[in-house]
Amino acid sequence: METPIQTDFLRWIVFLPLLGAIVNGLVGAKIQKSMGKGAISFLACAPVIVAFGLSVQALMTLQGLAPEQRFLIDRLYTWIDLGSLKVEMAFLVDPLSTVMILVVTGVGGLIHIYATGYMHEDKAFWRFFAYLNLFTAAMLTLVLGDSLLLLFVGWEGVGFCSYALIGFWYQDHNNARAGNKAFIVNRVGDFGFVLGMFLLFWSLDAQGHGTLTVREMVKWAPAIEAQTLWGIPVITLATLFLFIGATGKSAQIPLHVWLPDAMAGPTPVSALIHAATMVTAGVYMTARMNVFFSMAPLTLNLIAWIGVATALLAATIALTQYDIKKVLAYSTVSQLGYMFIGVGVGGYAAAIFHLMTHAFFKACLFLGAGSVIHAMHHEQDMRKMGGLKAHMPLTTVTFFISVLAIAGFPPFAGFFSKDEILWLAYTNPHVSKFVWLLALVGAGLTAFYMFRQLFMVFFGERRADHHTQGHVHESPSVMTYPLIVLALGALFAGFIGLPGVLGGSQFAHWLEPVIHAHEQAHGSHALEWSLMGFSVLVATFGFFIAYLMYYRGALSPQRFCDLGRGFFYRLFDGKYYLDEIYQVIFVNGTLLLARIGALFDQYVIDGIVDGSASLTRFTSWLNGLFDNYIIDGIVNAIANLTFWSGNKFRRVQTGNINGYLYGILIAVVLAIIVKLRYWS
Amino acid sequence: MTENLLTYMTFIPLAGAVVVLLLPGKAHSLIRWVSAAATVPPLLMAVWLFQNFDGSKPGLQFIEKYQWIPAYNISYYMAVDGISISMVLLTALLSFLCIFASFGIEKGVKGYFALFLLLDTGMMGVFVSLDFFLFYIFWEVMLLPMYFLIGVWGGPRREYAAIKFFLYTLFGSVLMLLAILALYFASEPHTFDMTVLIAQADRYGTQPLAMWPFNLWGWGFQHVIWMALFIGFAIKIPAFPFHTWLPDAHVEAPTAISVILAGVLLKMGTYGILRINYPMLPAATADLAYWFLGALGAWNIIYGALCAMAQKDLKKLVAYSSVSHMGYVMLGMASFTTQGINGAVLQMFNHGTITGMLFLLVGVIYDRAHHRDIDGFGGLAAIMPVYTGVTALAFFASMGLPGLSGFISEVLVLLGTWQKYPVLAILGASGVVLTAGYLLWTIQRIYLGPPNEKYLKLPEINGRELFTLVPLGVIVIILGVYPSVMLDLLRASLDQLNQIVLPHLHQ
Repeated sequence: METPIQTDFLRWIVFLPLLGAIVNGLVGAKIQKSMGKGAISFLACAPVIVAFGLSVQALMTLQGLAPEQRFLIDRLYTWIDLGSLKVEMAFLVDPLSTVMILVVTGVGGLIHIYATGYMHEDKAFWRFFAYLNLFTAAMLTLVLGDSLLLLFVGWEGVGFCSYALIGFWYQDHNNARAGNKAFIVNRVGDFGFVLGMFLLFWSLDAQGHGTLTVREMVKWAPAIEAQTLWGIPVITLATLFLFIGATGKSAQIPLHVWLPDAMAGPTPVSALIHAATMVTAGVYMTARMNVFFSMAPLTLNLIAWIGVATALLAATIALTQYDIKKVLAYSTVSQLGYMFIGVGVGGYAAAIFHLMTHAFFKACLFLGAGSVIHAMHHEQDMRKMGGLKAHMPLTTVTFFISVLAIAGFPPFAGFFSKDEILWLAYTNPHVSKFVWLLALVGAGLTAFYMFRQLFMVFFGERRADHHTQGHVHESPSVMTYPLIVLALGALFAGFIGLPGVLGGSQFAHWLEPVIHAHEQAHGSHALEWSLMGFSVLVATFGFFIAYLMYYRGALSPQRFCDLGRGFFYRLFDGKYYLDEIYQVIFVNGTLLLARIGALFDQYVIDGIVDGSASLTRFTSWLNGLFDNYIIDGIVNAIANLTFWSGNKFRRVQTGNINGYLYGILIAVVLAIIVKLRYWS
Repeated sequence: MTENLLTYMTFIPLAGAVVVLLLPGKAHSLIRWVSAAATVPPLLMAVWLFQNFDGSKPGLQFIEKYQWIPAYNISYYMAVDGISISMVLLTALLSFLCIFASFGIEKGVKGYFALFLLLDTGMMGVFVSLDFFLFYIFWEVMLLPMYFLIGVWGGPRREYAAIKFFLYTLFGSVLMLLAILALYFASEPHTFDMTVLIAQADRYGTQPLAMWPFNLWGWGFQHVIWMALFIGFAIKIPAFPFHTWLPDAHVEAPTAISVILAGVLLKMGTYGILRINYPMLPAATADLAYWFLGALGAWNIIYGALCAMAQKDLKKLVAYSSVSHMGYVMLGMASFTTQGINGAVLQMFNHGTITGMLFLLVGVIYDRAHHRDIDGFGGLAAIMPVYTGVTALAFFASMGLPGLSGFISEVLVLLGTWQKYPVLAILGASGVVLTAGYLLWTIQRIYLGPPNEKYLKLPEINGRELFTLVPLGVIVIILGVYPSVMLDLLRASLDQLNQIVLPHLHQ
C-alpha cells in the first residue's frame, strides 16, 4: 500500500462546520438579537458550502492520481499513545470517503439553505443551526476519521446531535422522549461497535499489529483469519459486533425502532438524519470494513437476511401510515434494508451507490414534505391534504420525480442503484434466492406506498379545511431551489452507476481502490435484461394498484385492510407491536431491576449496616445493664454489706464501759476455748 | 522554594486555617477571601509541578526526605510520581473552586472555612506522603474535619450521615493501621518508608497460613495484609458492599463538601491500592485482583447505575453514579494492561472533574428551589438556558460522549480490560447504556417538557457559580480532545507499576 499524500486542508472540511456550531452555539443568541437571523443563516451555511468546495477539491485531487494512490491524509497530532495503542488525530480521504463527504456537504448544505427558510419563524433559530452544524461536523468526522476510534467519535457525535435535534422542541415531552429513545437505542448499537473494535484491536495486537487505523487493520486482516475466541472465529465475532453497531445507526432490525420516532424533530432534521447523514453511517462503516466482512460469510448472510427482513417490515408498515413524514420514515428504514442486502451479498459498492442516490431522492422527498407541512400550517395527516398540485407546482414536480426514483422506474436514480443490488442478490451463489424474491416484493410495496402518498397529497380532491386551504401557497425560493437541485440529482445521479449491460458502473470502478472484495456478478446479459424488466414490472404493478385505489378510486383500500379479518392491517398499523414489546421487556425490565437494586441497597445492604449498628447498641445496652446491675450490683452489694454491717456494729459502740468490758471478757473466754480445743 | 514545594503545598492551607481562626468571627467576607487566598498558592504550585514534572521517567520526583523519629525509622518523606501527580492537581483545583462554592455558607463561617482548609491539608498530604506513618497521620487528619463539616453544616439527617461516614472510615483506618504495623514488623530493619517496603516486597510471604479461615482459600500473610488494606480502601472508593455511607453523606453534606468528597476522597481508595497494594504486595495483587477489583468493579458499574436509575433525589442519583463510575477505575486497574491502568488513573481525574461539576450543578438548583426532587422540576431549560447548557455538558461527559474527557478514560479502561477479561469488558460496556438511560431520563424530567409554573422566576446561574464550573468544563473538553496532556505524565510510572505485578500473574 502506498503512503498517502499529506495535505492540510482536509481538517477544514470538519473544522468549518464545527466552528460554525461553536460560534452559533456560544454567541448565536446575541448575534440573532443584534444582527438578525440572516447573520445566523450565513454563519451556518457558509462553512458547509466551503466544506463542499473543499470536498470537490479533494475529489479533483484524487482524480489526478493513479487509482492505487488515491489517498490524502491530514495529520494533526497524536491523540492517544499508550503501549501498542497509537491513535492519530488524522483525517483521511479516499474514493469512498469522497463520495460520502460530497453527499454530506452537498445534500447537507442544501438542507441548511432550505432550513433557513423553514425555521424562519422559530425563536431558537440560532440553536437550531448550532446543532445542525455540529451534526454535519460529527458526520464528517465519522467519514474522514483515519482510525476506527475517530470514526467512533463521529459515530457517537451524530447520535448526540440527533438527540438534540429530535428533541429540539423540547417543551413537548413526546419530542424529548423520542430524542431519548434515539440516543439510547443508538447506544446499544455503540456498545456492539466498541466491542467489535476492541476484539479486532487485540486480535491484531496478538499478531504484533495492534492498530485502530483502518488502512492498517485492513492490511493485516488476513493475519487474524485463524484466530478464535470462545470457539468462534474472531473475524466472524468482530463483524457481528460491528454489525450490531450498524443496526443501531442505520435502523435495522432489531434496533430500527428509534428512526420513525425521530420524526418528532423539525423536518429539515428528518431530511438530514434520513438522507445525508446519520443513517448512512452503518452502511458506510460496513463498506469501510469490507475486507473483514468479506472474510465472514456467516455475518454477510445474516446481514442479507436482516436487510431483507427490515426492508419488508418497514415497507408493510408504511402501507398503513397516514402521517406524511411517517411514510417517508418507514421508507427510509426499508431502503436502508436494501443497502444492507447489498452489503450482505458482497456488493458494497452497490450499497454505497444506493446510499448516494437515496440521499438525493429522500432528501428531496423530506424537504418536499416539509414544504407541504409548511404550507399546510403544520398539518401532517395526509387525509387532510389532497389536490395540492395546483398550489405548489414546484414541490409537486420535484416530489413526483423523487417518487419515481424511489419506486425504481428507469431512468431515475433509484432504478439503477436498487437494480444493482437486486442483480447481485440474484446472482450471489452463497445467498438464498429468497432474499432476491422478497426484496422484489418489497420493491413492489415501495412503489405502491410512495404513489399512494403522491396521490393522497398532491392529487385528487382537496380535503383540507377552508381556512387552511385558503392559505396554501408554494414555499419561498430558498426552499424550492434546494428541491430542484435535489430532484435533478434524483433524475441524473443514477447514470454514474450503469449496469453491466449498459457499459458498467463508473461508480463501482471509482470505489475499487477501497472496496477490494468486489463480488463479481455471474450471469448472462439476457438474465440481466430480464431481471431488470422484472423489477420494472413489479414497480409498475405497485404503481397501478395505487393508481386504482387513490387516483381513480376504482379499488377500495378497505378490501385489503380486511384481508385475514384485518389481522394484517392491525399488525402493520401496530408496527408489529415491537415498541410495546420492547417497552415491556427492556424498559420496564430495566426499571424493575433498578428498583430491585435500590431496594436491595436500602434494605439489605444498609439494613446490615444499620443492623450491625443496632446490634452494637443492643450489646452495649446489655453490657450497660450487666454493668449496672451485676458488676455494679456486686460492688454496691459489698458496699451495702459493709454499710449494713457497719450499721449493725455501730450499735456495739455504745460508750458504755461495762458493755465493752463484757465484750472483751467474752472474746477472751472464746479465745481461750478456741485455743484449748484446736491448737492444743 | 522548589525543593520544599510539596511541603508548602500541603501546609499553606493549614496556615490559612490558623489565620482564619485568628480573625473575628463576624468578618465573614474577610474569612472567605483569606480562605480563598490560602488555596491559591497550592493551585499555582500544582500547575507549576504539572508543567515541570518529567513524564518520561518513572519513579519519584520532587523528593523531600528528612529524619523525623529516628528511633522508629520514621521519616518525613514527600514526593510525587505518575500515580499521584494528577491527584495533586485535582486536589488543589477542587479545593480552590470549592472555597468559592462555599461562599454561600452563612452559619459558623469561621469554623467552616478553618475546617475546610484543614481538610485540604489532609488531602494533599495523603497524596504526597511516601512514609506510612506520615500517610496515616494525614489520612486521619482528613477524617475529622470531614466529620464536622457534614455533621454541623449538613442537611436534616446530617448527624446520621456524619456518624455513618466516620464509623465506616474509622473501621477501614483501623484495618489499615493493623496492616501498616504488620508490614512494619515484617520489614528488616523495621521501617515505615514505603519505597523500602516496596523494595522488600518478596519478604511478605505468600505460603498459605494454617489459620482458619485463610487456610480455606490458601491465603498467605501477603493476602491477609492485602485484604486488610483493601477493605480500608474499598470503603473509600466506595466498592460494593461498603458503599452505602456515600449516598447518605452526599445527600447531607453541603455542596462544596460533596464535591470534595466525590472529587478527591473517593480517589484515595483507588490511589491507595495503586500506591500500596500493587507494588508492596504484588503476588497477592495478582491473585486477588480479578475478583476483588475486576469483577467487583464491573459489578459496581452495573449496580451503581441501576441504583442511580431508581433514585428520586438528584444528589443521590449523582452519588450512585459515582459508585458506578468508580467501578471503571477498579476494572481498569485490574486489567494490568497499559491502556487499562492508564485509563483507570485518567478516569480518577476525570471523575473528579465531571462529578465535581455535577455536584456543583445540583447545588445551584438546590440553592434556588430548596429541594432536589427529580420529578419536582420540569422545563428548566426554558427558564435557565445557560445553566441547562452547562448541565448538559457535565451529563454528557459523565455518559462518556466522545470529545469529552470521560470518553477517553472509559474507552481505555474497557479496551484494556478486553484483552484480559472480555466478559468483564462486556459487562462494563453495558454500563454505558444504563448510564445513558438514567442520565437522559433525568435531563428529560428536570430540564425538558413544559416549564414548571412554580419556577418561572428562578434566576439564571450567576457569575460566581459559573466561575466554579467553567474551569472544570474546560478541562473536560481539553482532556477529551488532547488527553496526552495528562497521559504523558502517567504512563511511565504506571507501566513500571504494571511490570511489578505482571510477573506474578498466572495466565
